[in-house]
Amino acid sequence: MNGAGRPRPESGLELYAWMFMRVSGVVLLFLALGHLLIMHIINNVANIDFQFVARRYATPFWRTYDLVMLWLALIHGLNGIRTLVGDYVRSKGWQVATLASLYVFGFVLLALGSLTILTFQPHG
Amino acid sequence: MVKFREYLTYRGGPGHWSWILHRLTGVGVFLFLLVHIVDIALVGWGPELFNKLLFLYRYPPFRVGEIVLAGAVLYHALNGLRICVIDFWPEATVIHRKLVYAVGVVFAVVFIPTAFYMLSAILK
Repeated sequence: MNGAGRPRPESGLELYAWMFMRVSGVVLLFLALGHLLIMHIINNVANIDFQFVARRYATPFWRTYDLVMLWLALIHGLNGIRTLVGDYVRSKGWQVATLASLYVFGFVLLALGSLTILTFQPHG
Repeated sequence: MVKFREYLTYRGGPGHWSWILHRLTGVGVFLFLLVHIVDIALVGWGPELFNKLLFLYRYPPFRVGEIVLAGAVLYHALNGLRICVIDFWPEATVIHRKLVYAVGVVFAVVFIPTAFYMLSAILK
C-alpha cells in the first residue's frame, strides 16, 4: 500500500495525476538529462548564441524534442507544486487562491514557451 | 503545521532525507524552469537582444548555479526512479534502504566528475 512517493490514489483524476508524475518523470529523465548533456556540458553558454539556436532549429527534430520536454516538465512541475500547496497551505481560501494563480501563471508560460519554439525564425 | 526543526530532527531515517531533498530539488528546478522559459523566449526578438542577454549567463556565478542546477536535476531524476521502483514493485520495499544508498552512490559517481568538468569549462 505505501510506496516511496505519495500513496497511489484509488481512482479518478488523482490517480491519473499520480501516474502522470511517474511516466513523465521517466521520460524526462532521458529528455532533461539529455538536454543538460548537450546544451550545458558538450556545448555550454560560452558557445551558444542566436546562430547556434538557428542551426539547431533548422530541422523539426529539436523543436519537437524541446516542445515535448517543455510540456512534460512544466506540467510535472505544476503538479508537484499543487501537491506541496495541498501539504503546506492549510486554509482552504489560500489554497484556492494559490492554485488559481499557479494555473494562470502556468498556462501563460506554457503558451509563451510553445510560441517561442514553434514560431522561431532562423533569420531573425 | 510541522515546525522546521521537527523536519530536521524527525527520525525517519534515510527515506526521510531523500523525501526532503526530492521536494527541495523539485521546487528549485521548477523555479529555474520558469526563468528559463522567459529568457529563451527572447530569442523571438532576434539575434541582437538574445546574444546581448546571454552574457548574463556567462558570468561565473551563473555558471556555478548551472552546476548546482545539473546536480538538482540529476538527484531528482535518480530519486524519482527509486520512487517508481518502490511504487510499481512493492516487493522492493525489502531493500528500500539499499535503494536510497544506491541513489546516493550513483549520484556521486555521475555528479562529481561532471561538476569538475563543468568547473574546468568555466576556468578555461
